[in-house]
Amino acid sequence: MKVMNMVQAINNALEIKLAEDPNIVVYGEDAGLEGGVFRVTEGLQQKFGEHRVFDSPLAESAIVGTAVGMAMAGLRPVVEMQFCGFVYPAFNQIISHAARIHNRTRGKFKTPMVIRFPYGGGINALEHHSESMEALYGHIPGIKVVIPSTPHDAKGLLISAIESNDTVIFMEPKRIYRAIKQDVAEDKFTIPIGKAKVLNEGTDVTVVAYGAMIREVQKAMVLAKKSKISVELIDLRTIYPIDKETIIKSVQKTGRIAIVTEEPKTFGLAAEITAVVNEEAFLYLEAPPKRIAGFDTIVPLPRGEHFYMQSPEKIFYELEKLMKF
Amino acid sequence: MMFKEYNPHEDKILRIIDNNGKIINQKWKPDLDDKLVLQAYKDMLFARTADIMAVSYQRQGRMYTYPPNLGQEAISGALGKVMREEDWLVPAFRELGAWLAKGATLKEIFMYFMGYEEGTAFLNAKKLLPISVPIASQLLHAAGIGYSIKYKKEKDVVFAVVGDGGTSEGDFHEALNFAAVWKVPVVFIVQNNQFAISVPFKKQTASINIAIKSLAYGMPGIKVDGNDFFAMYSALKHAAVYAESGNGPVLIEALTYRKGAHTTSDDPTKYRSREEEQEWEQTDPMKRLGMYLKDKKLWSDEEENIIVEQYKLEVDKQFEEAESAPAYKLEDVFKYMYDEMPEDLKIQQMEYEKFLKWKEAQK
Repeated sequence: MKVMNMVQAINNALEIKLAEDPNIVVYGEDAGLEGGVFRVTEGLQQKFGEHRVFDSPLAESAIVGTAVGMAMAGLRPVVEMQFCGFVYPAFNQIISHAARIHNRTRGKFKTPMVIRFPYGGGINALEHHSESMEALYGHIPGIKVVIPSTPHDAKGLLISAIESNDTVIFMEPKRIYRAIKQDVAEDKFTIPIGKAKVLNEGTDVTVVAYGAMIREVQKAMVLAKKSKISVELIDLRTIYPIDKETIIKSVQKTGRIAIVTEEPKTFGLAAEITAVVNEEAFLYLEAPPKRIAGFDTIVPLPRGEHFYMQSPEKIFYELEKLMKF
Repeated sequence: MMFKEYNPHEDKILRIIDNNGKIINQKWKPDLDDKLVLQAYKDMLFARTADIMAVSYQRQGRMYTYPPNLGQEAISGALGKVMREEDWLVPAFRELGAWLAKGATLKEIFMYFMGYEEGTAFLNAKKLLPISVPIASQLLHAAGIGYSIKYKKEKDVVFAVVGDGGTSEGDFHEALNFAAVWKVPVVFIVQNNQFAISVPFKKQTASINIAIKSLAYGMPGIKVDGNDFFAMYSALKHAAVYAESGNGPVLIEALTYRKGAHTTSDDPTKYRSREEEQEWEQTDPMKRLGMYLKDKKLWSDEEENIIVEQYKLEVDKQFEEAESAPAYKLEDVFKYMYDEMPEDLKIQQMEYEKFLKWKEAQK
């Protein structure tokens, strides 16, 4: 065991896999010598050489497109996009190729690659640096999407993502990159993709969250406890495929559900989970599912960002309303 | 003709003053009166003063992440003197002097980096687009504006700026291609400051220079000493006249050096040496133009010291105005999302107001 923050845990997962599998290469803008703008790949080029960990020219589409080619030819690339807001030039490669090659070639070609990037707000960032756009990826058939909320989960999930023969989008909540430290096993371990985790058992309301929102919900739960609201908190961990079973089982017990996300509300992940609950646990519901999500606006620049982000008070306010329904 | 003489195939560079401020190229020295050159120097000095102070405000925690311009002032300084009122400026995010020349105020610029959207609206600046963070994406807008100018038979020229890293993006190549096919009046300016954050120029492209990329698209390109005000002025002026006359776009590679960090979140000691920085220090644009002016007895250290003190007061004044801007209101989040706001957004705003009232009542 070693105390790690999420940056260190991801770095550790990459190091373990680079050492274990010579087919793994890691690249992206500034990902080589400097170790990425958040230092997630720091030291890896020095350890494994420039042919395995390197800086690419500045072109997101080319980074993902070349990774698709490498993956088809037998490598296992782990590429970094600098920010969630800068992935868009690579969308054609993600949607048209990474997500489709396996199906189009009836499984002859696989695309075992991971596209990692930091996402989310709350760090007083410049424009285009605060988005939380997981629904865009969840909506693309043919890829998997993972979001960890702790250093331990980040390590185990990233190793699973790298070992998966499918393309995995691995979104990292940058707000808690360094904010949470915990004991993480130094040896290799995996956490299965597609499995949520019940972080807290409760009886009144199910709260589904992921990434940086877990911590905000946990703070809201302190307020909820004072008001005698018993919260069952589920950390989704994988955005797609959604662990429906864990959610449904919980809602069958509590009869209420709230989904907390940083995304814009409309057409988001919270809407999808609401639909799942309506389809599969409708008769257990004592109140309509509640989406606690961002506005349908651009994430405001730092001076206005507090209006957009979910705070513990806001989450508690919504939970209290849900209980009174 | 300048573009033939400085064919990028031969990797020639247009340079007019040397590192000591001496004229070494009479042929292409622009015919400018002393007053204009002096004013350009003062504009560059003002921009440099504001830029250095911006970094210091950021360090004091009074502003968020900021991208310093230090060392690149001649490019924006020359742009400021070549651009006419009717010309467009399509910026990236490191052209402070050019934004000011186009009518942006320091107060606005500070507000942007303090976290207000209105800081990049540049409400009173004509034909100045907002700062563009997604790399190279703005260049396509320049080609589109160029089409509109040609369509309306106007005489405007578009000046569009990108960095060396941006030349690797697909958008860069698509913009050059469209502009050349459409033969529209766009001057593309690449501030080749040697680094895309930490990635050095030699890892960005295998081309001998950036200007040569223009040839594949069927347009002229020229490599220019971007730390030489006269060379930049001369190249921009030639390109503008060429474009305005209906010949189509031009690509200018402005060779420069980012003396500061990529942004205040970056630490350049991680990826470059002190020796390299010192070598480039010799080419500093302010130093060179300053020496030229002093040789001609148009400027002195005494005058410089006095005016820098005045500039500091002016920058501080505008910064304090930005700091005392009204607090960000909830409605500012919603108000400008659409021309015609969807009903649902109005409801989201109203619902949030209810929460704010509840929160107030909890106190």
